[in-house]
Amino acid sequence: MADQPLVLGFETSCDETGVGLVRGHTLLADALATSMAEHERFGGVVPEIASRAHLEAMVPTVHRALADAGATLDDVDAVAVTSGPGLTGALLVGVAAAKAYALALGKPLYGVNHLAAHVAVDELQHGPLAEPSIALLVSGGHSSLLLVPDLAQDVQPLGRTVDDAAGEAFDKVARVLGLPFPGGPPIDKAAREGDPAAIGFPRGLTGPRDAPYDFSFSGLKTAVARWVEARQKAGEQVPVADVAASFQEAVADVLTAKAVRACRDHGVDHLVLGGGVAANSRLRALAEERCAAAGIVLRVPSPRLCTDNGAMVAALGSRLVSSGIAPSLPDLGADSSLPIEVVTA
Amino acid sequence: MLVLALDTATPTLVAGLADWSEHGAAEVLAERAVPSGNRHAELLTPAITSVLDDAGLTMGDLDVVVTGLGPGPFTGLRVGVVTAAALADARGLPVFGVCSLDAVGSGARTVVTDARRKEVYWAAYDESGARTDGPGVVRPEDLGRPGPFVGDPAFAGRLGADVATAEVTTAGLLRAAGPQLLDPSSAGPLLPLYLRRPDATPPTAIKAVSQ
Ligand SMILES: [Zn+2]
Repeated sequence: MADQPLVLGFETSCDETGVGLVRGHTLLADALATSMAEHERFGGVVPEIASRAHLEAMVPTVHRALADAGATLDDVDAVAVTSGPGLTGALLVGVAAAKAYALALGKPLYGVNHLAAHVAVDELQHGPLAEPSIALLVSGGHSSLLLVPDLAQDVQPLGRTVDDAAGEAFDKVARVLGLPFPGGPPIDKAAREGDPAAIGFPRGLTGPRDAPYDFSFSGLKTAVARWVEARQKAGEQVPVADVAASFQEAVADVLTAKAVRACRDHGVDHLVLGGGVAANSRLRALAEERCAAAGIVLRVPSPRLCTDNGAMVAALGSRLVSSGIAPSLPDLGADSSLPIEVVTA
Repeated sequence: MLVLALDTATPTLVAGLADWSEHGAAEVLAERAVPSGNRHAELLTPAITSVLDDAGLTMGDLDVVVTGLGPGPFTGLRVGVVTAAALADARGLPVFGVCSLDAVGSGARTVVTDARRKEVYWAAYDESGARTDGPGVVRPEDLGRPGPFVGDPAFAGRLGADVATAEVTTAGLLRAAGPQLLDPSSAGPLLPLYLRRPDATPPTAIKAVSQ
């Protein structure tokens, strides 16, 4: 194992400053600093605040990762960094730092796609990815369904959200219900006491003529807000647990139905979940249920690895090194809308 | 002592190598001033490689890193600061930050650079080159200082005075870093001089999502 390269990974696409160390498929360190608390009162991530926090956290986070792994910078064989998609100013802090470490250490640099890294992280827990796999990536920033014939160089988009990301819908519904930001964990918690069938919220883009793999959460979000406002106007108490459970059920239903359909349509029998929303307990349970019924092997990283982190970037870097992919060029930059087809920028 | 000096506070990024002696003299060995617009992240590390190649030196020859802390447009500014911090960390070198305006021009002057949003970043200096006021950010019409002005001549009209073109130089960065190079314990934190708060206002009340 020691002969496999040690990869240092950087992730700064949103509000998490992540630095990971991976050797082969082995996770050695996953250091994280987050500016989430600073965004809370704004009800969403403020790019400039995130970028400032990344800069201050960068070098200390590298050293926490090295300490956790019992490694030094001289042990590093390759450097990987998220070069997109994400918030431009935030991405650039990570890209510049990674370029400087790679240059100073004389090691190759891989600018990688954040979405592909969400898939790669599962290899740290469950070993080599079955290829092809279908990947469902859902977070505050993305909602994508991917076909992955070869994670190192062939990732194909099947569908994506046409409006809000799934995680944004959680944040906005949490706000309507008076729950804290980010909305995912408090809605998950409140939903445990509620009835998922209490309110029949709409399932977006599930009609026979709708795009089979695209998502829409804007209508659902609005329907929840209208329902809650109607109760409030009538002076009734809002059944928070039932609303949370019914909303969560609508999201999990659409996501898993489309993911299973993508597997069936493409003859693929492996599904990987990733992104912060994949930490949602109802989404995981429903995915397990439906995959089992359809004969699909479901792979879900632990919640800690589903959310943004540096280990996922190092994991993809490790995969690229072992696949013999050429490193990025010295003029690597950040691309806020890096297409999913581009695994290595 | 071999110093790598960087600055990304303006649209022209600077990477330079200088040999600094304890008498305060600095001989610039190589310098690249690259018109970068908003492509600092793409072009900074290649510029560092170029100046090392120009001087026939390698990363391993460096003794210290100096970087401009702005003020300047935030995104590009952070690229330079984090690059300096990471390079220094990877090589185990000291790193010092200086006010980028200190590295523009010399002698008695008021430096003005583009702060966008119709404002300028500015600082004033006496005959000895010591900063006497600033750095600040202001509309040029409201600066209310006598010249001579140096920096970005695009603001001459709004200042009502000539502005001699001047940009950040390696020699200027070394001069500004002199006190810290002589006495490393005088070094401040390696944080950008933002001068502006992030644009963000907390929502005043919970708005109906359906609107
Ligand atoms: Zn993500």
